[in-house]
Amino acid sequence: MFRFFYHYSSLRNFYFFSAKLTPFLIAVFLAFLIYSLYGALISAPADYQQGDSFRIIYVHVPSAWMSLLVYMAMGLSAVSVLVWRVKLAEITLGAIAPIGATFTLAALITGSIWGKPMWGTWWEWDARLTSELVLLFLYLGVIALLKAIDDRRTGARSASILCLIGIINIPIVHYSVEWWNTLHQGPTVSKFDSPSIHIDMLIPLLTMTVAFMLYFAIISLYRIRSAILVYDKETQWVKDLIKRNERGQI
Amino acid sequence: MMHPMRKKRLQLICLGILGIGIALALILTAFEKNLMYFYSPSEIHAGDAPAKRPFRIGGMVVEGSVVRQAESLGVWFNLTDTANEQMVYFEGILPDLFREGQGIVAKGQMNKSGLFVASEVLAKHDENYMPPEVAEALENVQHNSKVD
Repeated sequence: MFRFFYHYSSLRNFYFFSAKLTPFLIAVFLAFLIYSLYGALISAPADYQQGDSFRIIYVHVPSAWMSLLVYMAMGLSAVSVLVWRVKLAEITLGAIAPIGATFTLAALITGSIWGKPMWGTWWEWDARLTSELVLLFLYLGVIALLKAIDDRRTGARSASILCLIGIINIPIVHYSVEWWNTLHQGPTVSKFDSPSIHIDMLIPLLTMTVAFMLYFAIISLYRIRSAILVYDKETQWVKDLIKRNERGQI
Repeated sequence: MMHPMRKKRLQLICLGILGIGIALALILTAFEKNLMYFYSPSEIHAGDAPAKRPFRIGGMVVEGSVVRQAESLGVWFNLTDTANEQMVYFEGILPDLFREGQGIVAKGQMNKSGLFVASEVLAKHDENYMPPEVAEALENVQHNSKVD
């Protein structure tokens, strides 16, 4: 078990392993994306109240879920940084923070576009919208700390502490609609009884979420791999790689 | 076995998160009222809503209660939370989703005679998504069970 983690958390092994994984991930991602787009735009019926406008759910909801999921992934990396000082976790933290921030921004913008025709307003300071905005600021804070501190390892540790403080916000975003009166409606999919969305609308939503997850995995791997090359640029294996690249062997 | 130093760090992190969590829970409980985006008609009847400053009210538009003023944009309607009702007056353009039975949020102030004068009305859509045919079928079932 530990040997497995040690093996794959070595930067060099991770670099080559993820390179082999990426084409497979891209293939599965494209399959999910095409199926979900067909489901979302064509096969799902229009909503009884909102008509075709409800289809923005297929961007808004997966983005919002990803904004929470990426933060939790960052939280895991942060614990690994602080407790075990794992280099790969330091790199991961910096590589996925901008992706998470982008998902959060996408959720906020699509929510705003959805809110104008349905609610009658672009923005309201209710608990759900505000806590999601706080999430964006937490992402930006982590990115800023990583960039502001010159020593990479110290920076990663400071950013990890901020990240773990901010993790308190995750349950607040999720439960805000239940704890307080909000303009944003309650949960549709993640409740204990059956989801209050028609099955033909639900399936593309779930497959689209899988597509978003795969997209996140692919983009993170690219970012992590390029960060690994920079991090290890003085080591022999990276120098060898560059030489082989110059000779056109890759 | 975990290295003692690492174990200490992990414990420190857990304690830190727990501490911040408790602090935040206390703050949020203390500010509970201020975090409420709107008041329900029952809370207004109980006298919990501010009397002299604007606030928001949320509830369902009572079926058959919408009265439009002739030759102006004025409209009266009752809001309910199924326990109590509150009469609202609004002059302006209502959102597309405004209809009888719809959940809405209105911002405004109570006047002396107990009428809520709204300056803004927002529609609050529910968490249900379904095709129109299913909605229609559901309505028929409800209607039939009422007749029985």
